[in-house]
Amino acid sequence: MELTKDEEKSLNGEHGEALQTAYRILSATGEATDAEKLVPIHWAHVSGVNYNTIGDAGERFLAGLSKNAKFKVRTTVNPMGYDKDNVEKFGLDENFIQKQESIRASYKKMGVTPSFSCIPYEVYDMPQEGTQVAFAETNAAIYANSVGKLKTNKESAFSALASAITGKSPYSDLRKDDSPTMSIAMKVSEPNELTFGLLGYFAGKVADKSVAISGVKNLDKRCNKSLCASMGTSGTCGKFVLDDNSNASEKVDFDEKELQKVYDELNTAESGDMITLGSPQLGLEEMIDLTTMLNGRAFKKRCLIFCPRPIQEQARHLGYAGKLESAGCELMSDCCTCLTPLVTKKDADSITTNSIKGAYYLKNSNGLDVNLKSLSDIVRDETS
Amino acid sequence: MTKKIIVKGSVTGKVLKSSQPINFLGAIDKKTGSITDQKHDLSGKSIKDSILLFPHGIGSSVGAYTIYSLKSNNVAPLAMACQKIDLTVASGCALANIPLFILSSNEYDNIKDGDEISLG
Repeated sequence: MELTKDEEKSLNGEHGEALQTAYRILSATGEATDAEKLVPIHWAHVSGVNYNTIGDAGERFLAGLSKNAKFKVRTTVNPMGYDKDNVEKFGLDENFIQKQESIRASYKKMGVTPSFSCIPYEVYDMPQEGTQVAFAETNAAIYANSVGKLKTNKESAFSALASAITGKSPYSDLRKDDSPTMSIAMKVSEPNELTFGLLGYFAGKVADKSVAISGVKNLDKRCNKSLCASMGTSGTCGKFVLDDNSNASEKVDFDEKELQKVYDELNTAESGDMITLGSPQLGLEEMIDLTTMLNGRAFKKRCLIFCPRPIQEQARHLGYAGKLESAGCELMSDCCTCLTPLVTKKDADSITTNSIKGAYYLKNSNGLDVNLKSLSDIVRDETS
Repeated sequence: MTKKIIVKGSVTGKVLKSSQPINFLGAIDKKTGSITDQKHDLSGKSIKDSILLFPHGIGSSVGAYTIYSLKSNNVAPLAMACQKIDLTVASGCALANIPLFILSSNEYDNIKDGDEISLG
């Protein structure tokens, strides 16, 4: 990859340690993806905020970096470990809270927009089509490319962080050529968001960087988010297009048999001790939708709903938060189902959710069994 | 031989080879270096001090922090070698200074689990 004189100087440490670290990361990712140059990006979304995921090494790294690093472009961040307004409710240990606060302080020092959300695309206005951004958080990267028509690679926590500090990213992969190399024919009838989640998990496994999906006219927000999140979990694919006439060289079917295979891999319980909704976090539309579906019914079990703080405030203002709370839901902001320290073996053996991404991490990282159901089935079976 | 060097270094060690991609966030314990994903073909094994061969990284962008943590906790592989590169593995290895190689498919196929090899 060719660097300008100024970029070269930064890489050699002439502009300080923070920029050197950032350029070292960009050089490696640039080399790895055969980039010729770096291009400006206009928005970075960084992952690696939850102490549960980045641990002591991550906390120390960010504390050190923040001593002399400043974000050069607007930088939003992923959820952290808990909702700062009701942290005492969950009996987290002092060490966790202290480390999480240190991470929060490090990001603040670098100039972050404190979004603590995995759905920045529903909280902030999207830039115009074709804008180069750098999104870690796989669901957000795939959503930005596929629905928002922005340009990002499926960035890592460090590559997005390096882009936040430099305002640049290697010009390669999806930024350059995002044409699909595979087309998946959707053959499952009457699909819901769970079906699209299962399709996404399958697509992530078989597709490369970009995939076409045929047999699907359009997707509502819930299905789109479910597809993006599960695709990001299982693979390297960073974009999908709905296209019945793709000239992708490879063609694959997703039928009932494939659907069942993925379902059997991820569904490990017949029922759940509690319910979690929101991986990705719920947006306002989905909260309104859930209120309508509930229509006065209440959950028979604990039901945690994860949503961004500004969305919770909006929902409260419009009266939906109150209705959901009356139905027994606990609304949580700043955090998410995935890798949350709030749902552990102490709380439950198994969880009911409609999130494929949530299911993967609840099982593999939190050690809980998962009962997968669509939202409408959850409302039908778990409320009265 | 080696198709590309992403993070420089020269190592000699025993190969731990997987036929499955790795989601570093969901599949590895960053404190011990053990593979915790029960569905993974390396389930229960430790990647510490190995030359870890796997097709490529998948999944969470935060996996880069897991790679960095493995190194900080002294349970990282000596080096990693893949068939194709993803940004999570590339950036994680770059920051942790773990040598990282992309191998030609011939070379990748010829290296077997348990082989003593030198890279770099």
